[in-house]
Amino acid sequence: MLADKDRIFTNLYGLQDVGLKAAMMRGTWDGTKKFIDQGHDWIVDQVKESGLRGRGGAGFPTGLKWSFMPKESDGRPNYLVVNADESEPGTCKDRDIMRHDPHVLVEGCLIASFAMRAHTCYIYIRGEFIREREALQRAIDEAYDANLIGKNNKHGWDFDLYLCHGAGAYICGEETALLESLEGKKGMPRLKPPFPANVGLYGAPTTVNNVESIAVTPTILRRGPSWFSGLGRPNNVGTKLFCISGHVNNRCNVEEEMGITLRELLEKHAGGVRGGWDNMLAVIPGGSSVRCLPGDTCNDLHMDFDSLSALKSGLGTAAVIVMDKSTDIVRAIARLARFYKHESCGQCTPCREGTGWMWRVLTRMAEGRAEKREIDMLLEVSKQVEGHTICALGDAAAWPVQGLITHFRHEIEARIDAYAANPDHDGAVTMQAAE
Amino acid sequence: MSVRRLDPVQPESFAFSRANLSWAKGQLKKYPKGKQASAIIPLLWRAQEQHDGWLPEPAIRHVADMLGMPYIRALEVATFYTMFNLSPVGEHFVQLCGTTPCMLCGSGDLIDVCKKVIGPENTVTADGKLSWMEVECLGACVNAPMAQVNKDYYEDLTAENFEQILADLRAGKKVKPGPQNSRHASEPMGGATTLLDPSLYNGKGRSKSATSRTRKAPTAKTKSPKASATAAPKLMKTPRKAGADDLKMIAGVGPKIEGILNGLGVFHFDQVSKWKRAEVAWVDEQLKFKGRIDREDWIKQAKALAKGGEAEYVKVFGKKPR
Repeated sequence: MLADKDRIFTNLYGLQDVGLKAAMMRGTWDGTKKFIDQGHDWIVDQVKESGLRGRGGAGFPTGLKWSFMPKESDGRPNYLVVNADESEPGTCKDRDIMRHDPHVLVEGCLIASFAMRAHTCYIYIRGEFIREREALQRAIDEAYDANLIGKNNKHGWDFDLYLCHGAGAYICGEETALLESLEGKKGMPRLKPPFPANVGLYGAPTTVNNVESIAVTPTILRRGPSWFSGLGRPNNVGTKLFCISGHVNNRCNVEEEMGITLRELLEKHAGGVRGGWDNMLAVIPGGSSVRCLPGDTCNDLHMDFDSLSALKSGLGTAAVIVMDKSTDIVRAIARLARFYKHESCGQCTPCREGTGWMWRVLTRMAEGRAEKREIDMLLEVSKQVEGHTICALGDAAAWPVQGLITHFRHEIEARIDAYAANPDHDGAVTMQAAE
Repeated sequence: MSVRRLDPVQPESFAFSRANLSWAKGQLKKYPKGKQASAIIPLLWRAQEQHDGWLPEPAIRHVADMLGMPYIRALEVATFYTMFNLSPVGEHFVQLCGTTPCMLCGSGDLIDVCKKVIGPENTVTADGKLSWMEVECLGACVNAPMAQVNKDYYEDLTAENFEQILADLRAGKKVKPGPQNSRHASEPMGGATTLLDPSLYNGKGRSKSATSRTRKAPTAKTKSPKASATAAPKLMKTPRKAGADDLKMIAGVGPKIEGILNGLGVFHFDQVSKWKRAEVAWVDEQLKFKGRIDREDWIKQAKALAKGGEAEYVKVFGKKPR
């Protein structure tokens, strides 16, 4: 298990004081000037060397992303935008950073902005996080008052940090939709290319990073990249905030070493699966957008990007949703399908129409009111949605459905059989999906 | 996508209050010249707050005029983002999370409570106090099931305490937001399993370069500053030959705390059962969980376990130990 000394978010639970002074006691803002003095490229190199991969879900190397930003300005400013639109079902890690350890994030914003030669940074927080927004704004104000950020601050890099918010759209967690929203429009994703690093916020070069990716960088610089890359498994290094929800005895957030086994994670911190390890029906290991895994495949499961994508699932945001054997898995995935139907922005037809269609079919399947050949039709339609949309929401809507059919087809079939065997229902099942 | 339309009944006009107007001007300063449209979401949100929790059409026009935007662009924003309520809501507007992580933990029961106490979804009660709707993931999944009422999250809900919260809000009583059980935030129920090392918080623990992957368990020698009221209990270097007891059987002791107790030199139920007041205080300080030992009555539990194991525990407490 990760030692407490190697944890980055030392006030994750808010049991300590949130203010600047206490944060400094915990090590925040220690030696920041020294890092700034070493120059832009040194910081990017350190982050590259640490092997940090983006914590927002895709796992793209953060240092590499930073290096895409132009080094010479053509007259346009560079921007850093921090994605705090945390809305992936199962995920609630950034919330804890922002309400309990906000100074870690503020310091990270300065360092990352400096590394990318940005004088302005926007944090885009989801609209529902009203108390979190207040806490983070307090921290920003404290940092301004202490002259840690702002014009002519003590670090010698003019830097303004603004907090903005959304108003309840999951899609704004997609980086280009976020930029649209920040510009005061509907959150509809943009086509890429051009990528934000060339044409981003207000048409200027922009990097969008997740809260956790930004917040871990100051500690990486303080402790050295080799400390960070020494934790975890090759290509999947460092520490990670895990959100453990669903059918465990003690649901919780916890910072652990990347690559920890699922079993250790659940048993050490979450009090184990409800009813014991063998009572686990399935787990969604990385937030709702990844394919679920049946419980019996999880015995030696390592929680990292590569191990999980080898199983056609993903680490995503490391939001572990555990389902025990009492779960109606078809209904659980149908509820996710409803989520994607609600959150589709409506721009691309396959997603706008497909998400609603998949939800309706799954709802019928949950009751058994379907035909078996509709299962294959559902799979086929999910593949028509996947990869045929501007952003990844189409993929994200398709994968849970595909995971369900891959691993739990027998559940759906049993449901259909049970319904067909029931003499009380009214009339024959028509194949509604085709109509 | 959801269908969202403006309410058929609209007020005549809308204007920001003076305080909100000056606040709005401050918001515009966040954005570069000519990009003031960026402020539309915060401004519409403030307008909604001023207008009893819902956004009327005149307010959308008012904000569009302030930002120099065509009305249609502002209407697009107001109808796209689901937190803008386009019809009146109750004084306490309940947004109940129904997405899978909350659903697994019983949000269905909470929906029933809403239907019983408030009525159908999206309907304001006759007294104007309450209305509710089911929303998608609010990002507090480890505290599921949960609901947001106006600005605050209410977490770790049960049908009973949720009904009580709704009743209290309706009666104008103050209700504590956050987890409704003994949790502080997102730590595991029964106490955190991590971040227990006191050196993280006294300014000494953060070594700037080297890393220590193995942490020494606190030894019995660590003297607490308040030594007067505390005294170390009898500690053992190693467990007895028969092996250490499974201290995790005591409700409230997890693997982490068991590790600390073992590190201190506590291995057996009968050791725990013999702690005196000062000794409880001492152990409490080592564990950094104020009052845990008393709150969960470890001593009574340990007594039962030491006396007759699981059977005795069931006799005393009427349930099996964990």
